[in-house]
Amino acid sequence: MMVKAYGDTLNDGSVQLSFTLPVKCSGKAKEAARLYVLKLGFRECQIVEAAPLSDEFTFFVAYGRTDAAIDYDRVDYTDAVGEDRLSMDEVNAFIREKFKRHVVVVGACTGTDAHTVGIDAIMNMKGFNHHFGLERYPMIEAHNMGAQVPNEKLIEFALQVNADALLVSQVVTQKEVHVRNLANLIELLEAGHLRDKFIVIAGGPRISNKLAVELGYDAGFGSGAYADDVATFIVKKMEESIRR
Amino acid sequence: MKSKLGISAAKIAKARRLAAQIAAPVQKFIAGHTTTTVERATLRLMGADMVSSGGVPVPNIAVDSLRDKLSGGVSRWYISALLKTGKTPQELNADIAGGLDISKLPLADFSAIKKAASGLAAQFDRKVSAHVARRNGRLNRYRKNAKSPLLYVIVATGNIHEDVKQARAAVLQGADVIAVIRTTAQSLLDYVPFGATTEGFGGTYATQENFKIMRAALDEVEPQAGRYIRLVNYASGLCMPEIAAMGAIERLDMMLNDSMYGILFRDINMYRTFVDQNFSRMINARAEIIINTGEDNYLTTSDAVEKAHTVLASQLINERFALNAGMEKRFMGLGHAFEIDPSLKNGFLYELAQARLAREVFPEHPLKYMPPTKFMTGDVFKGYAMNAMFNFVSKATGQSIHLLGMLTEAIHTPFLQDRYLAVTNALYVMNAMDGLAGEIEFKRGGIIAKRAAQVLDETVDFLEQTAETGLFGAIEKGMFADIKRPKNGGKGFDGVVEKGPDYWNPFEDYLKKELGL
Repeated sequence: MMVKAYGDTLNDGSVQLSFTLPVKCSGKAKEAARLYVLKLGFRECQIVEAAPLSDEFTFFVAYGRTDAAIDYDRVDYTDAVGEDRLSMDEVNAFIREKFKRHVVVVGACTGTDAHTVGIDAIMNMKGFNHHFGLERYPMIEAHNMGAQVPNEKLIEFALQVNADALLVSQVVTQKEVHVRNLANLIELLEAGHLRDKFIVIAGGPRISNKLAVELGYDAGFGSGAYADDVATFIVKKMEESIRR
Repeated sequence: MKSKLGISAAKIAKARRLAAQIAAPVQKFIAGHTTTTVERATLRLMGADMVSSGGVPVPNIAVDSLRDKLSGGVSRWYISALLKTGKTPQELNADIAGGLDISKLPLADFSAIKKAASGLAAQFDRKVSAHVARRNGRLNRYRKNAKSPLLYVIVATGNIHEDVKQARAAVLQGADVIAVIRTTAQSLLDYVPFGATTEGFGGTYATQENFKIMRAALDEVEPQAGRYIRLVNYASGLCMPEIAAMGAIERLDMMLNDSMYGILFRDINMYRTFVDQNFSRMINARAEIIINTGEDNYLTTSDAVEKAHTVLASQLINERFALNAGMEKRFMGLGHAFEIDPSLKNGFLYELAQARLAREVFPEHPLKYMPPTKFMTGDVFKGYAMNAMFNFVSKATGQSIHLLGMLTEAIHTPFLQDRYLAVTNALYVMNAMDGLAGEIEFKRGGIIAKRAAQVLDETVDFLEQTAETGLFGAIEKGMFADIKRPKNGGKGFDGVVEKGPDYWNPFEDYLKKELGL
């Protein structure tokens, strides 16, 4: 099935854009913006707003129509969890039944990153958006190490508490600092022959399952993921490795 | 100020008494201690600057060389070195950077050292007085154009020269206050980096040269903007007083500066933070730099409705510590934030209640109001609407310093256009409802008045518990922001030193005298 952006008619290919060009606001700037949008591959373009940001920058709002389409059936994508997400109660029941012990999860915002909002949303008692955090799960022993935790410290602590899973949050992504830091953790684990000892999960607004798996993680969760998604993945993965 | 919320003045007075009671034992500890960064800041106030070829700042080299003499303070050694070598601070800095060990030089006669110290303090005083006069002169010249609240935006490219372009654009769009957000983790460096910097993560290094570059850029755009543009940085972290010293020297106008933020959110040792915040606030107070406290952070880790009282409690504690450091109320930009879950029924009324309560408890203070961050998502359109609601509350309740919400808050550091859209939103809302605050009265016994009364009651209870436990113990128990910090844990504890009977710090003496302490 080929699909295109939908404005008000099927296959009209209408897309809304906004961007800034480093030129003074003028009629010429507006025309340049229109041509720029056409060059991006749009068939038609209307510049509906042009506003000066300073003497050297102009902001544009544009609408374009495009002929480009995507074959939806051929889109290759996998979620860490998919459709069969367990609820908090189901996760706890699952743990009681399958493992007969607490599952230990250690979370941290690693490297220089000081933004705990992601790891807190997954781990704190309160959780986020009416999804309780892992600390609230009776069958999960959750340790939130907070921000700016060196990868070495995370591993050391994980060994100390005999963790089943490590959750690594990365919010700051400027200059790809998150990729380097995430890769470093896997390198350290591999160097210590510890990679198979833990389920290792990355999370953050710019993290996808695909990116995380490429970096050697078991899974990655982006924005919109909650504690129950992460918990489901951990317990299913643990069960899988027991079966193997 | 007439209370529109009908809150009890007696209860506010009680809360203030409790805050004073909570701060008193801490203040006693502060008086008996110094820290490595307090000593380094003192050297900076005297003119210590530059770095060695290995990048170690001169204040660090000097203080490290005197590590076993810190209980007496480092001032006499630096001044003595000036006298013994007959050099200016600039020349001495170059020598120290080149390897001169001032701890090895014989001490000059103390009366000569004291005399030289008065000269250095007078020099600093003249500089700061000129800065204050310049700032006040410009504020007065452009007072017709002053907005209320002041519109505050952040630039954060990592490259100071790129920051300048973004700041200039934001000013021309209508911003009044520019904050150069710091690079991630600078707060945990136990030194201040040197020189102009072009690399940073999530922000730009706070260096004296970067301060100078941005100050010059904002002064340059001032005539075109028709407003004095205030510059903000962060006197927080392990170098709190040093950043304050640099800000005083380079005419910054505001500093983020909280008495407990570093302890709770950066795991800096509590003794270290309390001593550091006091000295940094004395510098800020003398330089008439408005501090911005960080109560908004409480609401990013805890629920904004359940824990609203911790914000008011922290504001009162911050106020007390600032008063103890000789700061006037007009320089206390106490913080709070618009962070209630947008799906909560009547959440907007609670926001109005909280913001108005802050205004009524702190009528003379330039309150700093922070935008929604926690519930911002990739839906930039909804985010833009939330920011409009935030703008409305700020104007309707008479806030002073308004940090503009960015529609892309949850996505990336702001694009140039994001700031423009934020300013446009605020100017529209605040102009359209300019006189509304004067028209508003809150219904007695209504949702808003009841909510404000409830938060005040909870604050008094919370402060009573804190007073009973003691502030050090309360932080250890996790009573603030649900974060527990051990007394002797955290970063920077080894830099805390008990003052000996021979402790001497001429700048502390000078500041105390100036501030009437």
